[in-house]
Amino acid sequence: MSATVAAILVLAVGTYAFRLVGPVLHGRVELPARLQELLAAGAVVLLVALLATGALTEGGAFAGWARPVGVLVGGVLAWRRAPFLVVVLGAAATTAGLRAVGVA
Amino acid sequence: MLDTALLRDVSLVCLASGVVGVSFGAIAVAGGLPVWVPVVMSLVVYAGSAQFSTVGVLLAGGGPFAAAATGLLLNTRTAAFSLAVADVLGRGRVSRFVGAHLVTDETVAFALAQPDPARRRAAFWVSGLGLFAVWNVCVLGGALAGSALGDTGTYGLDAAFPAVLAALVLPALRDDAGVRRAAVLGAVVALAVTPSVPAGVPVLLALTGLFALALSRRPV
Repeated sequence: MSATVAAILVLAVGTYAFRLVGPVLHGRVELPARLQELLAAGAVVLLVALLATGALTEGGAFAGWARPVGVLVGGVLAWRRAPFLVVVLGAAATTAGLRAVGVA
Repeated sequence: MLDTALLRDVSLVCLASGVVGVSFGAIAVAGGLPVWVPVVMSLVVYAGSAQFSTVGVLLAGGGPFAAAATGLLLNTRTAAFSLAVADVLGRGRVSRFVGAHLVTDETVAFALAQPDPARRRAAFWVSGLGLFAVWNVCVLGGALAGSALGDTGTYGLDAAFPAVLAALVLPALRDDAGVRRAAVLGAVVALAVTPSVPAGVPVLLALTGLFALALSRRPV
């Protein structure tokens, strides 16, 4: 079990180190405005990539139709400026509904 | 400072996270790990996707080294996120060191979706503290309940999280055609490489989409 403890510790320390990169560098290094703009865009690019891979894949393969169709419904609702609650419930209900009728 | 709409949105994401937290605790314990493993991991690692894959590798017999490496690879993106929200955390030592631990996909998305610095800070801290509390309490609950719970896929929650991200990034995508191009290119790259590279790598490779932005904005 001590190996599990070591794995958790390594993961915890490493993850916290990643998270400290921003706060530690901030104020010490003067980042050019252009780089800051690129970092903000980078965060959006990462979130959209998470969205796409999370919607379409599971364990490196296609996740099946129920999930991406649900996410698509949520995305269309968000695009049409529906309230957040409607977006989230619309996506989950669509996917749950498709699974209930046998679509994986 | 904090409008009720934001509080409502944060509560909803907390609720969804809570259900995922319950399933994380339940899956870990049902797979044969002692209760303290998911509970301690949630407190000190605090990163949903990394926790799921680390426990997945442990339960599949992949060994602690592979388990930690998988989780770390998934979490490399938090370095980029922490740079993006560095000015949002606050200036004090405590707020920076505590805030760093709360940097997750959801808190960064909530912060960046706000129009001004004061609201970005408020959104980060409210969603950060709320999600941390709910996630850890629910993981504990799930670990204690064990395998008594059914399959959470039935409720379609796996579709809720990508939809949350879509709702949160849409304002940034709507406003800026350059960011939109970069994001689409990045997502295509991430999807294309997903079958052939380890988990965590596709999202990092999506950053190549930024080249499109760098080229389109190069001063002439």
